[in-house]
Amino acid sequence: MSRLLIKNGRVVDPAANLDQIANVAIEDGIIRQVGANLDASGAEIFDASGCIVAPGFIDIHVHLREPGFEHSETIESGSRAAAAGGFTSICCMPNTDPVNDNATVTSYIVDRARRHAVVNVYPIGAITKDSAGEELASFASMKQAGIVAISDDGRPVMNARVVRHAMEFARALDIPLIEHCEDLHLSAGGNMHEGLVSTRLGLRGIPRSSEDVMVARDILLAEVTGVRYHVAHISSRIAVEMVAFAKARGLKVTSEATPHHFVLADADMLPYDSNYKMKPPLRERPDVEAVTHGLISGAIDAIATDHAPHPGDEKMQEFERCPFGIIGLETALGLALEQLYHPGHVGISHIVKLFTQNPAQILSLDRGTLRPGAVADVTIFDTDRKWTYDVAKSPSKSRNSPFHGRTFTGGPVAAIVAGQVVWSLGGA
Amino acid sequence: MTRGLLDIESISRQDIETILARSKTFQPAPGQPFKRTSILQGRSIVNLFFEASTRTRTSFEIAARRMGAEVLSITSSGSSVTKGESLVDTLNTLGAMRPDAIVMRHAASGAPHFLSRYLPVPIVNAGDGTHEHPTQALLDALTILDRRGTLEGLRVAIIGDIAHSRVARSNIFLLSKFGAQIVLCGPATLLPPQIGQIAPGIELTTDMEHAIRGADVIMMLRVQIERQNEAAFPAGEYFSFYGLRLEHIEAAKPNVIVMHPGPINRGREIASEVADSQRSAILNQVENGIAVRMAVLERVLAQ
Repeated sequence: MSRLLIKNGRVVDPAANLDQIANVAIEDGIIRQVGANLDASGAEIFDASGCIVAPGFIDIHVHLREPGFEHSETIESGSRAAAAGGFTSICCMPNTDPVNDNATVTSYIVDRARRHAVVNVYPIGAITKDSAGEELASFASMKQAGIVAISDDGRPVMNARVVRHAMEFARALDIPLIEHCEDLHLSAGGNMHEGLVSTRLGLRGIPRSSEDVMVARDILLAEVTGVRYHVAHISSRIAVEMVAFAKARGLKVTSEATPHHFVLADADMLPYDSNYKMKPPLRERPDVEAVTHGLISGAIDAIATDHAPHPGDEKMQEFERCPFGIIGLETALGLALEQLYHPGHVGISHIVKLFTQNPAQILSLDRGTLRPGAVADVTIFDTDRKWTYDVAKSPSKSRNSPFHGRTFTGGPVAAIVAGQVVWSLGGA
Repeated sequence: MTRGLLDIESISRQDIETILARSKTFQPAPGQPFKRTSILQGRSIVNLFFEASTRTRTSFEIAARRMGAEVLSITSSGSSVTKGESLVDTLNTLGAMRPDAIVMRHAASGAPHFLSRYLPVPIVNAGDGTHEHPTQALLDALTILDRRGTLEGLRVAIIGDIAHSRVARSNIFLLSKFGAQIVLCGPATLLPPQIGQIAPGIELTTDMEHAIRGADVIMMLRVQIERQNEAAFPAGEYFSFYGLRLEHIEAAKPNVIVMHPGPINRGREIASEVADSQRSAILNQVENGIAVRMAVLERVLAQ
């Protein structure tokens, strides 16, 4: 029997309505007890004094690039980056090669993850075959193989009828449909947010309306179909309002925001630096404020990174040739503390909720709490330690981050998956 | 920071005045050939044109040779990219040849800015995508100064595909620094509202008559017919709304200057009678291009 006792931390578990200094006793990968004066005989001790002890963080939007793009990232390297960011569960998008549009690919990912990943990996299946937007993918068999949601992330389904049918199936299978909201005709050729900055720099713009139009369409279809519908990486202030509207109407609509969208605006971009190039693009300051406010008010349910590794040679090109996307697993918590907690917008429990209970709920994952009997996934973090992000030391295979060299106040201290410490600060 | 010339936006009015004053000294006397100097004797310049451009490349070559520099011109029009060589590799190769400066044209906005972060060699931007074309704005300013003596307070109408024009952007930044009134005019699809905010003193209009009324200078931009395929304007209607014809000239100031960065599309954005009229400064622009580029190369290589 393996036992671990996490001592003297401030245990914050919003799902159990808990926030107190306590010890957490883990036995054989399961939470046994949370409380004071727990029996520690024979247990390995983790001293969490001065730290927050939270349920394991869940990132419901990452790209692990395996199979097909292992030069950018693998399930193993991505999972190590996740652990270093304090995440114990990650959900990987299907835009691999081949696309995860059938049970064979799903099983491959599940199998690779079981052998090589240091955190839990939950695959997300494609909506359409090859994510081409036409024929529906094999949802039911993928669900049996382990997918937790469907999405054509990066290649949004333009045909509304196809989306409607996918929503009907998703509802029947009780899995959420996640949309990357971007009308591809409106965004065609665009490289950054369409606005004053893109106009000054002579770069083709991606208008806010390209996101809004699809969020609006999907909310209308979500009402028709009753699906659990989730907006990925929301970035537009109007889209945030529409999601709030959908919630007020009682629809099963949720959304996530990435740290870069609640921290950076288009004007913060270093001109023509592709580490600032992603989809949706960095929008304007009022959008950043609206996304931040959405995370505070509840219009936005979760923080997800959209961790999108690209190797250096792909990002070392003319801006318009560079692929979209940045890595983000290791900086997510630091940025959330910086933007939401330290200015006093929310308490720690709210931060924890955005990383644990809410994402678990959106994807119906059996995670996100420290209740006795739960799988012992635990994230330990602090809120006051100053540290500087050095992307060169990232376990990710890619280096495309705009946050290299940024100094944070507070961040991950340890990641524990099923009772095993898979990463700790200054340790393994 | 290397001492290149990447754009007009980031250089000061004073720097521009210095370049223009020096350019004047390089202008030939009427009817005389350009003077030759040996200011840049022994210096080497690589002209790297990733996008075809006969006139700008030739103008830079002539400017360099007039000052005694060695010039190597490479026109690759995307070929190195299709061969799989990245822009960084191409430039590293050139950097290893240790030229004193690189003059660069590229179809991607910001390509010279990107490279200048990695290369110690100064880069002169000879046009980057739809961003800037700084030497064009300098030669346009010199052309206006030749005829008017000042830029301040002049009403300058820039007409055409504003959205995609690097000539427009550089001119806007330059004219704005000198207190000109800038009127930007074109079809609504090619006139993004935000461009009115990139510098002070800009007015936007889709009405050509309004743009030209009282203008001291009319700058016509080249129309790229490909834009029709993007549904940016209806095929066949461009000239009737935004082509510059003789009757327009009547509404402008009597001594209005008509300019065009070339090469001109006669009958598409400008009528032949206008292009060849007394008001046209198009050939002066070409001549001033050499003088301005001499001044720019001298400045860049001065260190």
